[in-house]
Amino acid sequence: MSKKKESNFEESLMRLQEISELLENRETKLEDSIKLYEEGINLAQSCYTILKEAELKVSELKKQLEENLKG
Amino acid sequence: MKDNILSVSDVTGLIKQTLEENFSEISVIGEISNFKAHVSGHWYFTLKDSGAQLNCTMWRGLNSYVFFTPQDGMKVIVSGRITVYAPRGNYQFDVRSMKSAGLGELQAAYERLKQKLAAEGLFDEKYKKPIPKYPSKIGIVTAINGAAFQDIKSVAERRYPLVELIIASCKVQGEGAAAEIAKSIELLNKEKDIDLIIIGRGGGSLEDLWAFNEEIVARAVFNSEVPVISAVGHQIDFTISDFVADLRAPTPSAAIELATPDKEEIFSFINDFSCFFPEKMVEKLLNFSNEIGRTLSSYGFRMPQDLLRNKSQMLDNLLFRIQNSFDNSITGSKNLLALLESRIQSHNVDSILEKGFSIVRQNEKIITRKKQLEPGLPVDLEFFDGEIKIK
Repeated sequence: MSKKKESNFEESLMRLQEISELLENRETKLEDSIKLYEEGINLAQSCYTILKEAELKVSELKKQLEENLKG
Repeated sequence: MKDNILSVSDVTGLIKQTLEENFSEISVIGEISNFKAHVSGHWYFTLKDSGAQLNCTMWRGLNSYVFFTPQDGMKVIVSGRITVYAPRGNYQFDVRSMKSAGLGELQAAYERLKQKLAAEGLFDEKYKKPIPKYPSKIGIVTAINGAAFQDIKSVAERRYPLVELIIASCKVQGEGAAAEIAKSIELLNKEKDIDLIIIGRGGGSLEDLWAFNEEIVARAVFNSEVPVISAVGHQIDFTISDFVADLRAPTPSAAIELATPDKEEIFSFINDFSCFFPEKMVEKLLNFSNEIGRTLSSYGFRMPQDLLRNKSQMLDNLLFRIQNSFDNSITGSKNLLALLESRIQSHNVDSILEKGFSIVRQNEKIITRKKQLEPGLPVDLEFFDGEIKIK
């Protein structure tokens, strides 16, 4: 669950970067620009929220896993 | 003479007694050769110098207290006792403890392993895996109670709290540390969803850091499917694991900095996007609208308009002419009508009567000719000022 959320974050951020490049490109059509811009603003908002609310998770690799692998 | 004859077992027994009594607690310095670590956990090697050699064994359990793995060519000081193995008729050195003959020996061992692994290609750039930019899970191979892990946690917290740290805690110095480190790297690789592994520890002496100079650790790092950052000791410390790893960091804190994006940078990118792009969009829209304006005022676009104006003018002219001719014909008709009207007017009976003429009627019929008159019937005469009946 959390894994999915995090990789979404990465994808969103990548997409945002892509959009910013597309918007700066003069070749991009007006209609596309408007759609991209709208998508970008939404992504920016959700990325901001996710990162702002993130808390560091720390877990220890289970010792029993090690035992299982030995057996 | 007969009394002096001993059996093989007797003489071997005497030798055994002599040797084991006289060499029960000795230390020997020499160079290791033919070192073999048996799967049973026991070590077999030969200690030699320029003039002699001595077969040695070191049992499992005892050898686990040696913090380094011996290498051929390494000068060591071993302590223990001589034992005789009667069935084979040979003697060997039963090693209880081992230490390197000096720091220089460890340094030399380090250099030898480095040469060997370099020759095998373990340090080659072509094997270096890229470090992911936005890792979700980072495996940490270090002691969970160590300062290194505390540093890593606080830097991760500050820079990129979105990441999850999976600590595979292990000994990072002393006996057995190298094996634990290697094992932890393997375990993290079995986890499947780990994006990156950081191995390391804080600063210490050459002996403290030695586990990271062991071949078993070097191999584990090399075999890791997951990219590995090695961060051992301080800036000045270079370990074998640093050379094999996909990336070397001078310290554990630096490792986690290299491994994670900076939250503030991401925020500023997002802010830039949110502030800069509305302006950018407005600019873009303005550009488009200017372009539309320019296009409309271009000669090509003015042409149809001019054409239209010409046509419309032509149409106006035509309409004007039609209007004119229509007006003319109306006027003509009106004149004709007036003429006819005046003519009709001139035939008006009253105006004739007024002039002094009279109308003659018989039986309500107007008599205009002599032959129409029937004598004997009454005649009506109409004058301008009245009628008279004549019987």
